[in-house]
Amino acid sequence: MKATVLVRPKAGILDPQGEAVESSLRKLGFPVGAVRVGRLIDVELETADPAEARAQLERMCAELLTNPLIEAAEIELESA
Amino acid sequence: MKPKVAVVVFPGSQDDCDAAWALGSVGAEPVMVWHAERELPAATGAVVLPGGFSYGDYLRCGAIARLAPAMEAVARFAAEGGPVLGICNGFQILCEAGLLPGVLRPNVQLEFVCRDVRVTVERTDTLFTSRCEAGQELVIPVKHADGCWFAPPELLAELEANGQVLLRYAEEVNGSLDRVAGVQNSDGNVMGLMPHPEHAVDSLLGSADGALVLASLVDAARERLLAAA
Repeated sequence: MKATVLVRPKAGILDPQGEAVESSLRKLGFPVGAVRVGRLIDVELETADPAEARAQLERMCAELLTNPLIEAAEIELESA
Repeated sequence: MKPKVAVVVFPGSQDDCDAAWALGSVGAEPVMVWHAERELPAATGAVVLPGGFSYGDYLRCGAIARLAPAMEAVARFAAEGGPVLGICNGFQILCEAGLLPGVLRPNVQLEFVCRDVRVTVERTDTLFTSRCEAGQELVIPVKHADGCWFAPPELLAELEANGQVLLRYAEEVNGSLDRVAGVQNSDGNVMGLMPHPEHAVDSLLGSADGALVLASLVDAARERLLAAA
């Protein structure tokens, strides 16, 4: 089963990278509001069980994929 | 007696040789420890995690290095009260390993900073600043892209109340919260700092102030070994 983990800076956490992208987009003439920059991680899992997959991914986020002090993760499972 | 100080070398470590040389210059016997080692050398009195870009700073600075076998040995050493100093990338690794509070984020100005900075010594009754004077201003170089230290407000308040901030920038450097340049753990035996004391151990290099930090650590290593003997 395939999954995607979306890692975003937590709400309220300063995101200088997002701010730099935001101001660059404005310079290009795009009328944008706030921009936040995160990270996308595609993971192939051996299990086919969605509940098991989600549980594994949550552990991965806690142990490696995110730093919970500053980042929040959203898990998306690819439907078969 | 020259206390043994282990310098852990990760793939991508860069300042390991400078750290070893600088430790030797302040009276230590530096021993290089490859990251794949599972044990620290016998009679290790202190550990230094050097600067650099371990594992290419992939994912987050220090996030991969903290999984190295040698880090388990470092965590055991720290749990036994052994002095551990993390410099720059070493600081990032210790934060990711949960041995130090907070996290190092990209500099607020999104630029690599490489220059001498002034830091103020907040406390001198520690294993890492005992050779300094209270309120002393040290000139030590920084060179980092991810030195913006962050902790949530409640954690920051706890650290400040406990006096765990040992070094503070005397000028704006990277957006670090409360201008934190160096913190220690609650037990007072693990410290991390972004400035590089190993690059400031001789006035020919512009400053010898870093030697005060390293010599403090070597004193602590010596005392630990003598107490165990």
